Amino acid sequence: MIAALANPLRFMAFSRLAAPILAVLAVGLAGAGLWLGFAAPPDYQQGETVRIMFVHVPAAWVSMLAYACLGVASFFSLVFRHALADAAAKAAAPLGAAFTLLALITGSLWGRPMWGAWWVWGDARLVSVLVLFLLFVGYMALRASIDDEGKAARAAEILALIGLINLPIIKFSVDWWNTLHQGESILRAGGPTLANVYLVPLLLMGAGYAAAFGALWLARTRAEVWRRRAVSLALQAALA
Amino acid sequence: MIALSLSAGKYAAFVWPAYAVTLLGFAWMIVDTLARARRWRRKVDQLEADQQNPRRAK
Repeated sequence: MIAALANPLRFMAFSRLAAPILAVLAVGLAGAGLWLGFAAPPDYQQGETVRIMFVHVPAAWVSMLAYACLGVASFFSLVFRHALADAAAKAAAPLGAAFTLLALITGSLWGRPMWGAWWVWGDARLVSVLVLFLLFVGYMALRASIDDEGKAARAAEILALIGLINLPIIKFSVDWWNTLHQGESILRAGGPTLANVYLVPLLLMGAGYAAAFGALWLARTRAEVWRRRAVSLALQAALA
Repeated sequence: MIALSLSAGKYAAFVWPAYAVTLLGFAWMIVDTLARARRWRRKVDQLEADQQNPRRAK
């Protein structure tokens, strides 16, 4: 599948169909998730703030998914020098930064009424997610700061690969350290601790966010492929 | 018929801003992505047309 899509022509044909399908899927899944989320009763401890979970947790999941995509695409670009992989990595970064920022802001809005604080510097989960945001921003800043596109890509890809170490730190931060952030309640040994009335809308929203990321990522990668084609055509015209 | 609970009660000041920020975030991602795609697609179309008809380019 990946080998077949490595061909830019095949990728453009595939993404032209896949992006709108994923977008429609995202709207349907998120619509169903929101509907069920607002039909669920208030939590006996957290009250109505539990509804923030339906936008906060999927944003956090997709921020990690986006970084994993950035890391894998950077690996393929760095090792195999594949231009499409580099375009995909470049396209994933701003989306990842946006999802991470959404996770941080909605988390802060959930933390204030539950913990009495907007932000806690000593909390490993919060700080590791902030580091994730800075990695996305750092990747984009590094690419923008070097004029030679090839050198900029290499430097940013190395940063992206080093940053992969942060993903297990985020995942296990609530197990390795005492944190104010609640422990793992879904992807844990023994099954989720969340009641189905919250779990089902949360999973629907998670799938909807993932589909939205997929659609946007494909569309941005297509835009980057066109940008490179435009640069190449402009260069040819200038040399002619 | 499932009844929706749209009253966030005393937590409305936290719940609705979380949804508003999410909406804004998605709006930015969608608009920026579509604008980029359109801009570069048009540029490529224009450059390809110029390449096929060099007189038009001048």
